[in-house]
Amino acid sequence: MNLTLKIWRQKNADASGKMQTYNVTDISPEMSFLEMLDVLNEDLLKKGEDPIAFDHDCREGICGMCSLFINGKPHGPSQTTTCQLHMRSFKDGDTVYIEPWRAKAFPVVKDLTVDRSSFDRIIQAGGYISVNTGNAPDANEMPIPKDVVDEAMSSATCIGCGACVAACKNASAMLFVSAKVSQLAMLPQGKPEKQKRVEAMVAQMDEEGFGACTNTGACSAECPKDISLTNIARMNREYFGAKASSENV
Amino acid sequence: MSWFTESLSSSLGRKLIMSLTGIFLITFLVVHVAGNLQLLKLDGGESFNIYTKFMTTNPIIKTVSYLLYAGILAHVIYSIILTRVNRSARPVKYAYEKASTNSTWASRNMGLLGAVVLFFLVVHMRSFWFEMKFGDGVPMVEYDGEDYKNLYALVVTAFSQWWYVLIYLVSLAFLGFHLSHGFASAFQTLGLNHKKYTPFIEKLGLAFAIIVPILFATQPIAIFFWTQTGALDPSVYEEMIKTAQLAGQ
Ligand code: HEM
Ligand code: FES
Repeated sequence: MNLTLKIWRQKNADASGKMQTYNVTDISPEMSFLEMLDVLNEDLLKKGEDPIAFDHDCREGICGMCSLFINGKPHGPSQTTTCQLHMRSFKDGDTVYIEPWRAKAFPVVKDLTVDRSSFDRIIQAGGYISVNTGNAPDANEMPIPKDVVDEAMSSATCIGCGACVAACKNASAMLFVSAKVSQLAMLPQGKPEKQKRVEAMVAQMDEEGFGACTNTGACSAECPKDISLTNIARMNREYFGAKASSENV
Repeated sequence: MSWFTESLSSSLGRKLIMSLTGIFLITFLVVHVAGNLQLLKLDGGESFNIYTKFMTTNPIIKTVSYLLYAGILAHVIYSIILTRVNRSARPVKYAYEKASTNSTWASRNMGLLGAVVLFFLVVHMRSFWFEMKFGDGVPMVEYDGEDYKNLYALVVTAFSQWWYVLIYLVSLAFLGFHLSHGFASAFQTLGLNHKKYTPFIEKLGLAFAIIVPILFATQPIAIFFWTQTGALDPSVYEEMIKTAQLAGQ
């Protein structure tokens, strides 16, 4: 199949960028979206042009490194990661818009790659538990109800790709932060520090320049891991509770 | 800043204020629409005027009404702060966006919807509240030897004009859309998201967003209709207002 691509090109963080048009031919519907971009890049290299920079790592939907705002949606038309998106989702002759995540807290590094270290700083602010790792404890030492574990694990499936921020009209990071807050707040290992954690992570989130949540639900609808809005409600509860009762003045 | 003001100026603190003031405004809508149903009685305005005297003189209701003005003010001020922060979180817009596939139009346009509601509130307060409190054109009536301000005369005069009724109907539609998202959203912001109750709250919110504006709309529509059929004669009330204005000068 043949496609027209409109791709954001930007030399570096300080340069101003623009959409540029490329044509790709003989694309197999079995290719992944990133393979299609690889084909285009080989073409560009042969012509002596600068290849298009885009992020990727595992290419199997688990690392959260790939991004791309494709045809108006993060990770493209289906609710998956861009590396798991296949060209069969497009038709011969389609025009495809490819843009980087847009957020003040995710500055463009080059072309389609953005700097997502704001997420790392939010995790550093409190997305961990402060215990020394020793031997694995006995499995039945700490009884945790199955439904609680399931819920915590479903929050923990967040791969931190940033699609929630990209989808949100406010570039809000609340789905990401709430998933990280939830996965720890629900389990006994995370409970001792839960107040301090939610206060620190929300403060860091605000400092990074993400917007606030309007509860549009766009984040969850576009999330490749289907992280649900109940996480945001849980984070709000945890936050208001912590602010009202924690010892941190 | 104390821990308290600091908490309230975080993204979640601001959302908390939006949510609480929003819910307060919702309860006010219920009281207001229920009271105004007095307008549907064709009794020359007697029950409506008695009702308004009670609402404007009862000390408890007066206190609540000042809280209400503060609530509206806080809701509007925080909506401006939030909307500005949210806009600045995405300095570069997408070239192509398909937000309609992941969220409702109302949820993405709360600021616009709110601005129309605010415009309406100003028109509405100017016509009735301001005239009632400071105007010199409010005629008096007597029921059972007691004096009452004849606000009914102002209402009939206003609603006998088609364009005035039209402003009401359009604004009420915008209010309906604001509530279609806002009602359930306020609960989510408070962290009240639960398998058992959230589906009910969402349905209730939708019903509220449809029924309350319709009930409000019955009043201008009915009065306009009656002035057209002759069941109400607006010239009688206009005459009363003119006389009162002359006497006031
Ligand atoms: C009777 C009048 C009004 C009622 C009942 C009402 C109700 C609500 C409710 C319940 C919410 C949801 C709060 C949340 O998401 O937690 C909301 C949100 C909002 N309202 Fe209102 N509102 C009214 C008037 C206004 C006015 C006059 C404005 C602005 C000029 C406004 C602007 C907004 C905005 C911008 C939001 C979304 C805030 C966000 O981003 O989360 N509203 N409103
Ligand atoms: S490249 Fe790892 S999730 Fe897509």
